[in-house]
Amino acid sequence: MLPTLLGAAILVFFLLRAIPGDVCEVRLAGSGLYVDEAEIELCREKLGLTKPLFVQFVDFVTGYFRWDLGDSMWTGKPVTEEIAVRFPLSLQVAIMATVVAVLFAIPLGAISAIKQDTWIDYVVRSFSIAGIAMPSFWLGILIILGLLIGTQHFFGTPWMPPITYVPLYEDPLRNLSQLIWPAVATGYRYSAVATRMTRSALLEVLREDYIRTARAKGMIEKIIINRHALKNAMLPVLTIIGIEFAFLMGGLVVTEQVFNLNGIGKLFVESVQAQDFAMTQQLVMLVVLIAVLTNFVVDLFYAWLDPRIRYG
Amino acid sequence: MAAIDQTIEIGDLRKPWYQRFFETARHQPLGTAGGLVVVIMILAAVFANFVSPYDPEVASWKHQLLPPDAKFWFGTDAFGRDILTRIIYGSRTALFVGFTAAFVGATSGLILGVASAYFGGRFDIIIQRLVDIVMAFPLIVLALAVVATLGAGTVNVIIAITIPFIPQCARVVRSSALAIREIPYIDAARALGYGHLRIIMRHMVPNVMAPYLIMLTTFVGHAILLEASLSYLGMGVQEPTPAWGLMLQGGAEEFAESAPWVPIFPGLAITLAVFGFNLFGDALRDVLDPRLRSR
Repeated sequence: MLPTLLGAAILVFFLLRAIPGDVCEVRLAGSGLYVDEAEIELCREKLGLTKPLFVQFVDFVTGYFRWDLGDSMWTGKPVTEEIAVRFPLSLQVAIMATVVAVLFAIPLGAISAIKQDTWIDYVVRSFSIAGIAMPSFWLGILIILGLLIGTQHFFGTPWMPPITYVPLYEDPLRNLSQLIWPAVATGYRYSAVATRMTRSALLEVLREDYIRTARAKGMIEKIIINRHALKNAMLPVLTIIGIEFAFLMGGLVVTEQVFNLNGIGKLFVESVQAQDFAMTQQLVMLVVLIAVLTNFVVDLFYAWLDPRIRYG
Repeated sequence: MAAIDQTIEIGDLRKPWYQRFFETARHQPLGTAGGLVVVIMILAAVFANFVSPYDPEVASWKHQLLPPDAKFWFGTDAFGRDILTRIIYGSRTALFVGFTAAFVGATSGLILGVASAYFGGRFDIIIQRLVDIVMAFPLIVLALAVVATLGAGTVNVIIAITIPFIPQCARVVRSSALAIREIPYIDAARALGYGHLRIIMRHMVPNVMAPYLIMLTTFVGHAILLEASLSYLGMGVQEPTPAWGLMLQGGAEEFAESAPWVPIFPGLAITLAVFGFNLFGDALRDVLDPRLRSR
């Protein structure tokens, strides 16, 4: 875990600084007006960009032990503060998308496997293939279009989901009416991937000898599916859910843009555009950390689902 | 049942190739549909000058935001450019970015993966750690980070998309190559005094062609999707080059009531293209590697 994180830190740190251009140039010279070279130099000095790269890197890494992630080079506020404001929104969308995905994926995948090669199977499969091909931001655009045109048609006035974020515990209805749409837009692809995995994993398990044994001794089909087949088919499904959850943070980059949500993804795009190194590298590290942690949690679940797996 | 399926799908080698082709096509209707989409897209990209009715880059203030009609089948955008034309030309951008990124990414991954399996030991461990690190980044985050350093633009987008592909392909190819390394003919080749390069290129690479080709086709779909996302964010292909993601920029709010056709058709093009490549890739996997078949 730690080597991966350190490697990621090295990669992102030097990647960002490998190419000319920095936040000072974007801010001062970006407008196209004449700027004194000395002024840019002063700005760099203030932000510590003139220090040797190695010193900057040590600062960056040791910052984690001092709980000092630096200040945004664009706004000047602490990075932790900027992230803390936006993180709950992104996390909520990610969790809701996961819930949407799991709720659809496991039943749909199971039905599709049990009724293999019937029309139900074909409907589910087309649904999931379409979900993988459809870009989530386009689905988001379609959802907004549908909402606007639909409400215009039925109520006479177009309705848009609220723009400003309200925490779930303050006003659940308002919160959900804002965040359910992006959750569905990202969750569709997610559930499509998981549905395909559930289907193929279950089909594999249903061909096992112990399923035939269970049928031979006259066990009720429902119990065979739920207890014997589905539980054993969950391992690969869980893996894919874990991988996709980590990737969801990436997917949100685009979805937040579509729905104009002020979350981690939007912050990421903005800080990339402003060449705000301090912010960008911390956001990348956050996403990588989430990915690594998700993998860890998935590994723990493995041991719980399959008693044969033990971590020494 | 499965055994019979395989013989039919792989085809009887005594029959002429076109007959085998049609037999494979009949047993893979979805894959054939996907292949058809791919072929149409390639034709559209190659012959864009001949099939598209207008110029993709010339703005015309007279024809702003016209709804679809007989003259402009898919309507026009805010600059008065024909959307159908821009979609046809956009397939050039999509395919160029898609194929280049997929080919370079998959091929680098192929060589890295095979070398990693062949040499083993410390070299293998180092390569696998690097792969772990790069794979910990979500695809689009890594691509965005690369664009952040290189700047936007078509070539940079290709580089940004290629880099995340390399470790993915290396991982898959390595696991196949590990099995091949254990087959005695590799030892035999060593005993005959062949060099490492020759063994890798002549004896190992051809035997991992199946996973390589499968990765290659799925990568094209992924690359098209990624390019669209990056362009949509304004960090990919730049105006006035026609690109599907770029056409969706500005989103729905602006055009929802006035011109819903502006965001609908380019998105449909992206979906159809990725759909085609995915189906084609699935079918290819079934034919080339029956063990991986998704039943």
